[in-house]
Amino acid sequence: MKILVAVKRVVDYNVKVCVKSDNTGVDIANVKMSMNPFDEIAVEEAVRLKEAGIATEVVVVTAGVTQCQETLRTALAIGADRAILVETDAELQPLAVAKILKALSDKENAQMIILGKQAIDDDSNQTGQMLASLLDIPQATFASKVVIADGKATVTREVDGGLETIALSLPAVITTDLRLNEPRYVTLPNIMKAKKKTLEIVKPDELGVDIAPRLKTLKVEEPPKRSAGVMVADVAALVEKLKNEAKVI
Amino acid sequence: MAALVIAEHDNQSLKVATLNAVAAALQCSPEVDILVAGSGADAATGVAAQIAGVRKVIQIDAPALADQLAEPLAVQILSIARGYSHLLAPATASGKNVMPRVAAQLDVAQLSDITKVVSADTFERPIYAGNAIATVQSGDPVKVITVRTTGFDPVAATGGTAVIEKQAAAESAGKSAFVGRELTKSDRPELTAAKIIVSGGRGLGSGEKYQELIAPLADQLGAALGASRAAVDAGYVSNDYQVGQTGKIVAPQLYVAVGISGAIQHLAGMKDSKVIVAINKDPEAPIFSVADYGLVADLFTAVPELTKALG
Repeated sequence: MKILVAVKRVVDYNVKVCVKSDNTGVDIANVKMSMNPFDEIAVEEAVRLKEAGIATEVVVVTAGVTQCQETLRTALAIGADRAILVETDAELQPLAVAKILKALSDKENAQMIILGKQAIDDDSNQTGQMLASLLDIPQATFASKVVIADGKATVTREVDGGLETIALSLPAVITTDLRLNEPRYVTLPNIMKAKKKTLEIVKPDELGVDIAPRLKTLKVEEPPKRSAGVMVADVAALVEKLKNEAKVI
Repeated sequence: MAALVIAEHDNQSLKVATLNAVAAALQCSPEVDILVAGSGADAATGVAAQIAGVRKVIQIDAPALADQLAEPLAVQILSIARGYSHLLAPATASGKNVMPRVAAQLDVAQLSDITKVVSADTFERPIYAGNAIATVQSGDPVKVITVRTTGFDPVAATGGTAVIEKQAAAESAGKSAFVGRELTKSDRPELTAAKIIVSGGRGLGSGEKYQELIAPLADQLGAALGASRAAVDAGYVSNDYQVGQTGKIVAPQLYVAVGISGAIQHLAGMKDSKVIVAINKDPEAPIFSVADYGLVADLFTAVPELTKALG
């Protein structure tokens, strides 16, 4: 079984971004970039399936600028077999990415595509579902447990009231939630090994997909600030404030 | 043109998040219909028909729709999508699951987690865990939207006089099947609908301490229980308690954060609460930067004291 894993290069989760003064976006010049944390979980899951003898090959893919190669190398160091970068400087929105991934999935004939449930930059939570829809295959979003057996994927999902388990015929799309696994620490020997793995670069045109953005960002602003609060001395003072000042209890 | 809201329900009752989505829909179009796609969902349909401001409730009933699986649900939405300018669902686990499937089939973008309707084609939505608010305009003929419930006050659950129209279910392929569900049973209010929330973090040290300290305080306040990601990861409570960027987004009247340091990802899920109280022994904890009332104290003594003071 061949697994395709899609990853995204995003602002590192520890960075608190600042809105640009001209309100055209957030300032990401000179900030640390990393693999989207949910995608790291996706790569780890695919590599574990290969180590368990279920997957035969793990192909990691991304779309974006030249520097995305670093993100792919990280995935290769975790244990993916080879990588594909769909290189473009254009703004990519989830529908465009889903179309790119569909083209790659068709070409690779993947039996399973694993993605993070959402990217921590645009917080869209769309690409996996859109990909499943375009491929007309089933999906299991927000996965916290994946079991592959008898040509089926049985997936436990994190839903609002707790957990839900569904069974999918393959091929299928799975999107990862936080508790699916804990990605391994990437070791230096594996980083060195990853440098020798194949990283193919293609252009969106070669895949024949329309990546034009559909949404126009008119402006990006700071959220309204909360006014500074007060520190209270003890529990009695807190109760007094809540009762008489905030009047919420 | 009219807007269609996808009801969130369990066939019997309607989830309140539907009312927030209707509120957003009414800002997009004066004509709002609701789709109740389920199995034996007459009760939920009846409840939906009473929602204020709704024109029509479309009921599609089929066994395949019993568990709201994304594939058959998307097929039903697409079968009636023609004629609507806006398709909306609450940004809950279910809405997030199904709506992008619909958008992709219509070859349109989705607007996720909107917090404000600026005009019929322009919306505000948070990005970067709520550290920035983007105003985005869609040029697509149909707007597929998920609605962040905390951004819209719910419409009244009663007072409406919508007609109910039954439609036959469209065929779907059945490539996915429901296996089972483990839902947290609780007599406490639902997290996303609660007026007061008491949340516990890693400062509690264990699941036992969470139950021993947080639960009684919540009961005293009639509050729902929440938790930080760290507390969920450490196994103190189950995943559905998680408040944050990738968990539940809440905005209660009162949010009490106990032993929660206040990572960006947690703040993203609760900083729109009306009043925030933080109890933490570390005076430098980032949670104090968003708290209206901060108490630097050892939670193991302060929380029981607070519970007692409220009794």
